Amino acid sequence: MSIWVGEDAKVLIQGVTGRQGTFHGGKMVEYGTDIVGGVTPGKGGMTVSLHGRVVPVFDGMEQAVEETMADVSVIYVPPPYAGAAIKEAASAFQTVRGSGLVVCITEGIPILDMVDVVDAMASYPDVRLIGPNCPCIITPGSNGGSKIGIMPGHIHRKGRIGIVSKSGTLTYEAVAQTTGIGEGQSTCIGIGGDPVQGTGFIDCLEAFESDPQTEAIVLIGEIGGSAEEEAAEWISANGTKPVVGFVAGSTAPPGKRMGHAGAIISGGKGTAAEKITAFRAAGIHVADDPSVIGQVLADALIEAGLRES
Amino acid sequence: MNIHEYQAKNMFRESGVPVLEGVHCKNVDEALSAYQKLGRGTVAVKSQIHAGGRGKGTLLCPDTGEVRMKGGVKIAFSEHEVGEYASNILGNLLVTKQTGPAGKMVRNLYVEAGCSIAHEYYLAMLIDRSANSLLVMASEQGGVDIEDVAENDPDAIHRIWSEGKNGFTESQCLELGSALGLVGESCSSFSDLVVNLGELFIRSDCSMIEINPLVRTENGGMIALDAKVSFDDNALFRHPEWENVRDLSEEEEIEVRAKETGLSYVKLDGDIGCMVNGAGLAMATMDVIKLYGGEPANFLDVGGGANEDQVTTAFSIILEDPNVKGILVNIFGGIMRCDIIANGIIAAVGKLGLSDPLVVRLAGTNVDEGKAILENSGLNIHPADSLAEGAEKIVNLIQEGF
Repeated sequence: MSIWVGEDAKVLIQGVTGRQGTFHGGKMVEYGTDIVGGVTPGKGGMTVSLHGRVVPVFDGMEQAVEETMADVSVIYVPPPYAGAAIKEAASAFQTVRGSGLVVCITEGIPILDMVDVVDAMASYPDVRLIGPNCPCIITPGSNGGSKIGIMPGHIHRKGRIGIVSKSGTLTYEAVAQTTGIGEGQSTCIGIGGDPVQGTGFIDCLEAFESDPQTEAIVLIGEIGGSAEEEAAEWISANGTKPVVGFVAGSTAPPGKRMGHAGAIISGGKGTAAEKITAFRAAGIHVADDPSVIGQVLADALIEAGLRES
Repeated sequence: MNIHEYQAKNMFRESGVPVLEGVHCKNVDEALSAYQKLGRGTVAVKSQIHAGGRGKGTLLCPDTGEVRMKGGVKIAFSEHEVGEYASNILGNLLVTKQTGPAGKMVRNLYVEAGCSIAHEYYLAMLIDRSANSLLVMASEQGGVDIEDVAENDPDAIHRIWSEGKNGFTESQCLELGSALGLVGESCSSFSDLVVNLGELFIRSDCSMIEINPLVRTENGGMIALDAKVSFDDNALFRHPEWENVRDLSEEEEIEVRAKETGLSYVKLDGDIGCMVNGAGLAMATMDVIKLYGGEPANFLDVGGGANEDQVTTAFSIILEDPNVKGILVNIFGGIMRCDIIANGIIAAVGKLGLSDPLVVRLAGTNVDEGKAILENSGLNIHPADSLAEGAEKIVNLIQEGF
């Protein structure tokens, strides 16, 4: 098992004929992801070659889902159109299949567009949105697997650790270290660094908690907002699996946006110190230094009787 | 992106949010004729900078550092006072608790008509991340720091939320007005103001609007006496008009330049420059430098797909900071290939020269090629395998006075 994306997920790419869509489409095919087609309005009937695999292009999502029976769509559409692309995908999955997963890579979507999108997602209760502004989701398989997004595939290995993070490169850091201590990953999810987003930490924690393949969780947060505190509260009340945590931004100055749109300490709120305190109070094994995430994880697994010392 | 109070008030005026009559001035003569135009009564002479705490700030002479005047917002009762305050404000540095000790040069002034105040309130509109809606926060305690109110008397802050991206309804706003103790004309005037402000917020892609104080006048009207508006940078593509209100002199020049090249840079006070890919990893790199006893000089995210030119620009931006005594490069190659970064580093060092110690940690895509390129370059680069090792190395190199 894994969460939300199986090793054999059928995937569509919205914005497939764009530079990013084609480039990352190729990388996904190379990893083993089953890309079944793409969507670019006005280019229906064309085909694109992704790392040697030729797939059809459709004008719209509804037709694309009908003809391919895809269960996942990944969006590489520029910010002005990304909100509409998410809604189109959600509607198509709900109408045609009754469910689906929409993954949005796009960085720089206006916040009010996302408020609108998240509001609209309530009409598609069985469709999940991950992102925007995220590296996205990967379920490593025994042979290949399903990589949906922009992460480097080769550092992953199938295993029992679930990883969820707001940051792309910090996720890679955590992945490489879990692989480094001889463990692998069930599913890794980058939920993105935007203030308004689809899937949050708690959705991921709930899913990992009920996924039999996942035996321990790595949770990586950063300054801004209160999602980390809420996640800690959820773990306190519901968590049974060991959790290793890290929070980036202890040295970030207040009032300055640190790259991610959501990473800002405002009015003295959203500091790393508050989040780390909440993590510790919830029994999360905190890594003070991201270089020791692997080590802290190994210790947590030993403590839980899941690994020989 | 932030704008000045006088610009925010122009937007308010056009949107049916009541403000007093006022004139934007660039020099003392303009201030004097503004006083004339406003009817020679009582006026407020207000420094315009993109930072709060202006009223309690101090104006300093930029050359000598001596105090020119206490208070960046003054009430003037005569033409003489308007002239005196304007000349003490314009061309001088205003230091407030939000500007840091260096202060900000004041280039703009707003001369505004006076009014008789019965009570001061606080009002802010922002996006509530977890509720996925607009949020209005209001309090009967205006003119003071809202953070203090939140801490000392949290029940004094009243809130209403919008339905998704829709604005606020009249009944919601009337209820909020009642919660603030407003009745009759004042309450309906307050309600209109909040409804109109909500429409402005959405139409203009704001990320925050703050009115502190919002006042009830002696005759019962509600007026925005101050106005702070921030826009959502992501929405720039549909607001070409923002170019007209953007004041680049209020932004860190180096941060603006970094942004133009696709880099995200924030200057800090330490002496270890860092260049990292990814915002989260860039923050973590700063944290680890601190953990090993050093102080980061900057946050710098080169992004996911940087090329050689961007790496060179990133280096030159880091080296412009005279406090920098050493550099730590930390790259986890995903989309970004380590060999490209390595070539970029060599090109940058060749172009800019580098006397400070440089530690480079590479991991991920094409890491072996990247390491080989650096090793064969003949440059004095200290390699590191992990972030911790890299941070420890750069801190030690600087302490040893390399």
